[in-house]
Amino acid sequence: MRVTVTVNGERRTADDVWEGESLLHVLRERLGLPGSKNACEQGECGSCTVYLDGVTCCACLVAAGQADGREVTTVESLGDAEALHPLQRAFVDAGAVQCGFCTPGLLVAAHDLLARDPDPEDSDIREALAGNLCRCTGYEKIIDAVHLAAERMAAPADGGAR
Amino acid sequence: MTDTTSGFGTGFETLAGARSSTTEGGVGTSPERPDGVLKVTGDFAYASDLWRDDMLWGVTLRSPHPHARIRGIDLTEALTLPGVFAVLTHEDVPGRKTYGLEHQDQPVLAIDTVRYQGEPVALVAADHPEVARRAAARIAVDYELLEPVTDAVAALAPESPQVHAAGNLVRHVKVRRGDRTVRGEVVVSGDYEVGMQDQAFLGPESGLAVPDGLGGVDLLVATQWLHVDQRQVCSALGLRPDQVRLQLAGVGGAFGGREDLSMHVHGCLLALHTGKPVKMVYNREESFFGHVHRHPARMHYEYGADRDGRLVHATVTIHLDGGAYASSTPAVVGNAGTMGLGPYEIPNVEVDCFGAYTNNPPCGAMRGFGSVQAAFAIEAVMDRLADAVGLDPVEIRVRNGFHEGSVAPTGQVVDSAAPVAELMQRLQAMPLPPGGAELDLRRLPGGVSNTTHGEGVRRGVGYAVAYKNVGFSEGFDDYSTARVRLFAAGGVPMVTVHTAAAEVGQGLVTVEQQIARTELGVDVVVLAAKDTQVGSAGSSSASRQTYVTGGAVKAACESVRRLTLTMAATRLGRDVDDLRLEHGDVVDRTGGTVVALADLLGDAAVEDTVEWRHRTTYPIDPETGQGDAHVQYAFAAHRAVVDVDVELGLVKVVELACTQDVGKAVNPQAVVGQIQGGSTQGLGLALMEEIQVVDGKVTNPSFTDYLIPTILDVPPMPIEVLEYADPHAPYGVRGVGEAPTISSGPAVLAAVRAATGIDVRRVPVRPEDLTGTR
Ligand code: FES
Ligand code: FES
Repeated sequence: MRVTVTVNGERRTADDVWEGESLLHVLRERLGLPGSKNACEQGECGSCTVYLDGVTCCACLVAAGQADGREVTTVESLGDAEALHPLQRAFVDAGAVQCGFCTPGLLVAAHDLLARDPDPEDSDIREALAGNLCRCTGYEKIIDAVHLAAERMAAPADGGAR
Repeated sequence: MTDTTSGFGTGFETLAGARSSTTEGGVGTSPERPDGVLKVTGDFAYASDLWRDDMLWGVTLRSPHPHARIRGIDLTEALTLPGVFAVLTHEDVPGRKTYGLEHQDQPVLAIDTVRYQGEPVALVAADHPEVARRAAARIAVDYELLEPVTDAVAALAPESPQVHAAGNLVRHVKVRRGDRTVRGEVVVSGDYEVGMQDQAFLGPESGLAVPDGLGGVDLLVATQWLHVDQRQVCSALGLRPDQVRLQLAGVGGAFGGREDLSMHVHGCLLALHTGKPVKMVYNREESFFGHVHRHPARMHYEYGADRDGRLVHATVTIHLDGGAYASSTPAVVGNAGTMGLGPYEIPNVEVDCFGAYTNNPPCGAMRGFGSVQAAFAIEAVMDRLADAVGLDPVEIRVRNGFHEGSVAPTGQVVDSAAPVAELMQRLQAMPLPPGGAELDLRRLPGGVSNTTHGEGVRRGVGYAVAYKNVGFSEGFDDYSTARVRLFAAGGVPMVTVHTAAAEVGQGLVTVEQQIARTELGVDVVVLAAKDTQVGSAGSSSASRQTYVTGGAVKAACESVRRLTLTMAATRLGRDVDDLRLEHGDVVDRTGGTVVALADLLGDAAVEDTVEWRHRTTYPIDPETGQGDAHVQYAFAAHRAVVDVDVELGLVKVVELACTQDVGKAVNPQAVVGQIQGGSTQGLGLALMEEIQVVDGKVTNPSFTDYLIPTILDVPPMPIEVLEYADPHAPYGVRGVGEAPTISSGPAVLAAVRAATGIDVRRVPVRPEDLTGTR
């Protein structure tokens, strides 16, 4: 089948998609967007978190056909090397990235959190990121990174959000 | 911000003249990791992201049975499916048909017997992963089921069926010291059990094999040790090392689970058969069958002390279930045997540690490597002994803990800092977290499930200590290789560092850059791709890479520095001993610039390749276990505070404090990251992580049923890092990665016991163990 999605603002089409393919597979293997990760493909780890029509979801649990005609936003749209999003910069600065396999999903989930709550408490961060597994960091520096990004986004004038 | 502090204590001054003051981003600082931006933008190429236009997908058909004879395999139905390019069995393995890290006992593809559920039997390459999976499902394997051996203790009884012709004993380590007839006045003993833990790295096993058209192959793969992979792949393919080139693809965590081969040989076989690039990516379920796990353990411990709580004797028996193939079981048994009494002075000891073959999933390396299992028993027994003689858990460890000059049960003298007492005392001095979790229900056991508002919740505090050997032990030739090149481009001096050391997330790439900056006084350090075009770096395991590959990079830089300064001295008519490298210049004793490095070098480059070894270790005596088996010991300690809902058996860890001696924090931020990540894996084993095996079959191969800690399960982790330099090690470093995984779980268990009064002796602890409903 043919699947057409608007990915990161751009209309993209994939042909010969097998009905069983997930949105994650189409993004990674057909549209050249491997940023969303495939740690479990069971909806348990959050490494594939993307926005679908503005709502976060696990791309591995969405059949590609379900995404047809809809809007998908992935980690690739947050920022690039020249212009990192403050969350991306904070993850690097705070040491929240080790192997980094969890990072793209966490960034999208944290992006969603800060859009709803620009100054979250620890407990809010824990609740919001509870669907994202990380095996390397023990999460503490991820919490630090979210706080750091929130601070810098609240006071961009001081140049914190490089 | 979080309510956590990470402090660095004041140890001795660093030895070995680290010149970190001269260049930014050198040893002792926490510069940005070179792959950080790539990882946050989604541009970092993990093994599962690799892609070629004309590539095929490979899949593995695995045995559904833990033990069976293969009567025949019919490939016809699979081969006729459109889109299928190759279907292979053991008959297609051109070289040696078995492989393994220590014993080559594991078939590349099953030959006539399968010995564990999940053992690879056949391979398929097709143009779509689903086509490959369907073709694999059409392979007809005729199995004759055999009774599986599923109990590691029973496996060693003479009447047990044999998993391998040579018998079920993989290794028996004996440690004997002192007088075994001497007994302490106060004796405690008990049986302890540890379940099978999975590394659960997030990046699945994956790689891309690309045939070169000349009979050779390039393999890009996520691994921990490129050269040990290369050796095994060459042997299975019957090719020379120059025909099998490996390059490290992005690794999504490892923790021991990538020390053995996974898709390596399989991908290369399919690529060579089809003449096309072949990609293999395991899904999560396959990953549970695609790598070895942490050995489950059954342990009998007896410790005796005098009335003052000073240890007098220990008698210990440990059984480790190695599963169907040896993997690194011999070395794990060596560790559990020689380290299995904890960092305590005990004059009279008798240890027997066994590793057995069974038809359970193969077990091998995982962070902590034999020490993790033993620590659960050791620390529990120490607490009971403290109780029996009327000491608190800190005091009994202070009284018996190793210090510099202590003699280990192997007779090896601990010849650098061993601050067990200080680690404990510093933990005790750290403020306890406040009670009153009712402020936020999310902090109570059950958390967001809202299962209690504080009723039935009891608090407990527990302590534990860890020690771990760093590097490979028992006489292993444990070395690393570094090639360092100093050159100038566009008027800017630069360094290239080339090692084969696997970056698995720990941040070794940052450390390699830091060392080069410190030693050569140059800001720009480029890392060459990690591959087999340079000599072996050894494994990214055993907490060894900062020590050993760090040592190699340092030594290669020192050589390049000598050559460069000699060049400058000769050319400028100066005394070489007056010259140094700083900030991209050759400077004299006053720090004044003699010549800019870029001008000195011009178009020339200075390069050297160095193989570097830590000090020699020795095999242990087979009858007594005596010998200088280990390179260095790492020490950590934890204090856990838990709240337990005693009605539901739910545990919430409130705080997990850690003190650790790291010798020298080469990268303080990465050190804290290792401690927090390692502590969390220990917490997971204590409370939730277990591969459940019933009659040789895994019943929970998914993240739905195999639970690893989420951000809700992990508490704040205050840390104090000590830096007592080890004079034998580069910069005084002490391996960091494993020790925290060893003591965190036992501390949590001790806290659970303190909260509930229940003497839990099995991990992971289950709710029904705490409610008495099992
Ligand atoms: S890959 Fe989608 S949730 Fe794990
Ligand atoms: S950094 Fe490795 S899984 Fe999070």
